[in-house]
Amino acid sequence: MENLIALLVAAPLLGAVVLLCGGRRLDAVGHWIGTALSSASFVIGVVLFTDLLGKNAEHRTLMQHLWTWVPVEGFQADVTFRLDQLSMTFVLLITGVGSLIHLYSVGYMEHDERRRRFFGYLNLFLAAMLILVLADNYLLLYVGWEGVGLASYLLIGFWQHKPSAATAAKKAFLVNRVGDMGLSIAIMLMFTTFGTFAFGPVLSHVGDASEGKLTGIALMLLLAACGKSAQVPLQSWLGDAMEGPTPVSALIHAATMVTAGVYLIVRSGAIFNAAPDAQLVVTVVGAVTLLFGAIVGCAKDDIKKALAGSTMSQIGYMVLAAGLGPIGYVFAIMHLVTHGFFKAGLFLGAGSVMHGMNDEVDMRKYGGLRKYMPVTFITFGLGYLAIIGFPGLSGFFSKDKIIEAAFAKGGTEGWILGGAALLGAAITAFYMTRVMLMTFFGEKRWQPDENGHEPHPHESPRTMTIPMIVLAFGSVFAGGIFGIGDRFLHWLEPITGHEEGNSPVSALTVTLATMVVLVVGVGIAWAQYGRRPVPAVAPRGSLLTRAARRDLLQDDFNHVVLVRGGEHLTRSLVYVDHTLVDGVVNGTAASMGGLSGRLRKLQNGYARSYAVSMFGGAAILVAATLLMRAV
Amino acid sequence: MSPQFAAAYSTSTGEAFQFWVLGTVAVIGALSTVLMRRAVHSALSLAGTMIVLAVFYLANGAYFLGIVQIVVYTGAIMMLFLFVVMLVGVTAADSLTETIKGQRWLALLCGLGFGILLFAGIGNASLSQFDGLATANANGNVEGLATLIFTKYVFAFEITGALLITAAVGAMVLTHRERTERPKTQRELSEQRVREGKHVPPLPAPGVYARHNAVDVQGLLPDGTPSELTVSKTLRDRGQIRDVSSEALNDLRALEQRAEERLERTEIEPANLQRTEEASK
Amino acid sequence: MNPVNYLYLSALLFTIGATGVLIRRNAIVVFMCIELMLNACNLAFVTFSRMHGNLDGQVIAFFTMVVAAAEVVVGLAIIVSLFRSRHSASVDDASLMKL
Repeated sequence: MENLIALLVAAPLLGAVVLLCGGRRLDAVGHWIGTALSSASFVIGVVLFTDLLGKNAEHRTLMQHLWTWVPVEGFQADVTFRLDQLSMTFVLLITGVGSLIHLYSVGYMEHDERRRRFFGYLNLFLAAMLILVLADNYLLLYVGWEGVGLASYLLIGFWQHKPSAATAAKKAFLVNRVGDMGLSIAIMLMFTTFGTFAFGPVLSHVGDASEGKLTGIALMLLLAACGKSAQVPLQSWLGDAMEGPTPVSALIHAATMVTAGVYLIVRSGAIFNAAPDAQLVVTVVGAVTLLFGAIVGCAKDDIKKALAGSTMSQIGYMVLAAGLGPIGYVFAIMHLVTHGFFKAGLFLGAGSVMHGMNDEVDMRKYGGLRKYMPVTFITFGLGYLAIIGFPGLSGFFSKDKIIEAAFAKGGTEGWILGGAALLGAAITAFYMTRVMLMTFFGEKRWQPDENGHEPHPHESPRTMTIPMIVLAFGSVFAGGIFGIGDRFLHWLEPITGHEEGNSPVSALTVTLATMVVLVVGVGIAWAQYGRRPVPAVAPRGSLLTRAARRDLLQDDFNHVVLVRGGEHLTRSLVYVDHTLVDGVVNGTAASMGGLSGRLRKLQNGYARSYAVSMFGGAAILVAATLLMRAV
Repeated sequence: MSPQFAAAYSTSTGEAFQFWVLGTVAVIGALSTVLMRRAVHSALSLAGTMIVLAVFYLANGAYFLGIVQIVVYTGAIMMLFLFVVMLVGVTAADSLTETIKGQRWLALLCGLGFGILLFAGIGNASLSQFDGLATANANGNVEGLATLIFTKYVFAFEITGALLITAAVGAMVLTHRERTERPKTQRELSEQRVREGKHVPPLPAPGVYARHNAVDVQGLLPDGTPSELTVSKTLRDRGQIRDVSSEALNDLRALEQRAEERLERTEIEPANLQRTEEASK
Repeated sequence: MNPVNYLYLSALLFTIGATGVLIRRNAIVVFMCIELMLNACNLAFVTFSRMHGNLDGQVIAFFTMVVAAAEVVVGLAIIVSLFRSRHSASVDDASLMKL
């Protein structure tokens, strides 16, 4: 069974190689090859999953050693895959959602002449992401980490003819590099501390290291997670990443890649558990991001950017949960999986809407689409209910647990974090209701474009609707399957560990409070967007609204602090270089020049001057000889 | 001048006397070699010093070297010097003003220091032992030298032969000027003059004045202006032309004056006459 | 009189010659001063020969003379060609160190 693990990675990797090197001959069938290979990976994943289910909890970790990568004395890096409950969860999510999105893309990218390449990139992404979650050491994980970064860059900039897409790709890549630096530093610190980076030895020897070192490693890992998962302060790239094709946004920037940070934190749980200060930082980052993303999501009129804000916010929940330690690890992953379903479904729905609306993304130009796209409406609606935490649906189970866990942290921290999570839930309900109302309800607001083409909203083809339906099923039932009877908890507990916090409030109270804030959020949204018609042009709005439309000034902040600061730093460095360094260099040169100018006077060409030097030298020699004799 | 065959700690009084007298002459000769403004005077002073040195060689029992010093050095090498001096210009006197800043002081300082050091060195050396050349010169000085040169130093001697040949060839190479074309005949030269229209007649003769060497005085052209062309090119190149145009004119004027005096005319002022006398000195 | 006085005379002549080399500009006079230095050396050699009672010093002096002759020949040739190209025998005029 272990030998199948490599096939998980090999199938999409083969797809990527074939599709990217195959050339135009494969244009006609390339998308099916890509879909087939990703589905094959999914099937292998299911086979392995059933195998794992048949084993005892202690024997559910499978290892496959492929080859020794860096064989150096006293240091060894292997290419070894590790399949345990945590990576199995990810494998199923990645290959499952990935295959569905492959299928969806067949329809969505039908008219794109570079569809084969697109599928090649998607397969490359799957392979890299699987390496990331299957790696048994941090170095191999880093390979996958960079691989998904590359795939993300290629796919965001897939429509590279659009300057905005090319810029967004670059931005995503650069911001991610900051996080990647964190990961590489963390790996180096690990090596100096533990002498290895395999998960097993590192995580079991955490106790040997000082807390300061562990805090350093944990903070660097957090930095990496912030970059990849678009957490404050490295969140700015995710909104712009929506320039990529919608399936990409669904797969990479909603369901899988952006959750790699959460995976990293949960996987390195032992390190975080031993570094409480770092854990506090993690929870703060999570809480801030979940509010930040939610507020940004409220103000965006671009449907994909609103959903991107939502993604940021939901990952904030996961990071918050991961920062809570063993109380929250399982719920972080559970929310990650359910979020993977409903957010992918929401994005695919958004893509379907755009597909029918001539790629219009402004929700103010939608309205009343439920009559035109019934399937999209229903699946999107189920995703909507799931994300706001409607009782019985996925989000209800996972998010509720996180809020409970936040309160269970205890003390003032618990109240603050729990309060933030509750507030986030209310805002989530508000902005998702807003998206729903502006898109599918009310009067139709679309206009003919400048060329006179009036959009004819229509339902999307079968290849697009089937994945949406499947994901809608997931959105509805995943939470129940996981949550009822704590199945997911029992499945994952051997890996992440779990402990019940002592919550100051009972679970029922939290659930009721969640329901109340949910109703309040939906109510406000209904009052604002449901009862009265939505203006086709955005009103000016309050200061907060305007700031939120600009992503809460994150780019402005980056520009003022980093770009300007960098420019000033560079300028001052140039100044230092010109005055100090060049001064020293030129000064040396000038003094040498001056000195040689003086010395040159000795070389005046007059033989008699030279003769004087010779004679003087001879006199000195004689003097020296006499002195030596005298001594 | 009695050569010492057996020298000991002290030389004979005769030799001492000879040393002090001739040594003074040698030092004076050396100093005037350095200090004389004209190269020819320097050469003569040097020759004197060399002759004195030859005497000293003889006094020290080096008969062969003493004779060689006179014959080869003073006779041949100094003649060579004089030859070159004449080529450069016998009358050309150097200016003794120093042009390189500080050179003279440095030179004097170095010379003085070096001299003091040498004197100190000689004074400090334990030179009490004087064996004399009595035994070495027993079979005659020339034979003794010949024995050494043709046995012990024969290789060096052969090398000096090569050195001399090389020097001779080198001197020829340095001074020889290759003629790349046939020298022009007189006819060709005159044809060239006519073709160019310059100096068609022969160059004017030097000025002729009875009172001094006329070769270095410019002749006067019919209009009374002096012409450099009348002086030999070598003298022109050396800058040894005597500028006597005003002298000549004054002489002429004095001649006229005298003639007029004789004819009892008084037109020239006495001042002029005075200047004429000054100039003719 | 102690024969060492010959050595003092030799040192004096050598120093005078060396100083002359340094302060005279006329190449011919410079050469003469060099000859003076060589002669001073010869005097020392001859005196040493007498001191040690063998003729080796005289042989060395003899070789010095030969070398001096060769040197004078080449040196005067150089002066002549220098004079031809510059119309001057001043060593300072040759400060470009080439003809």
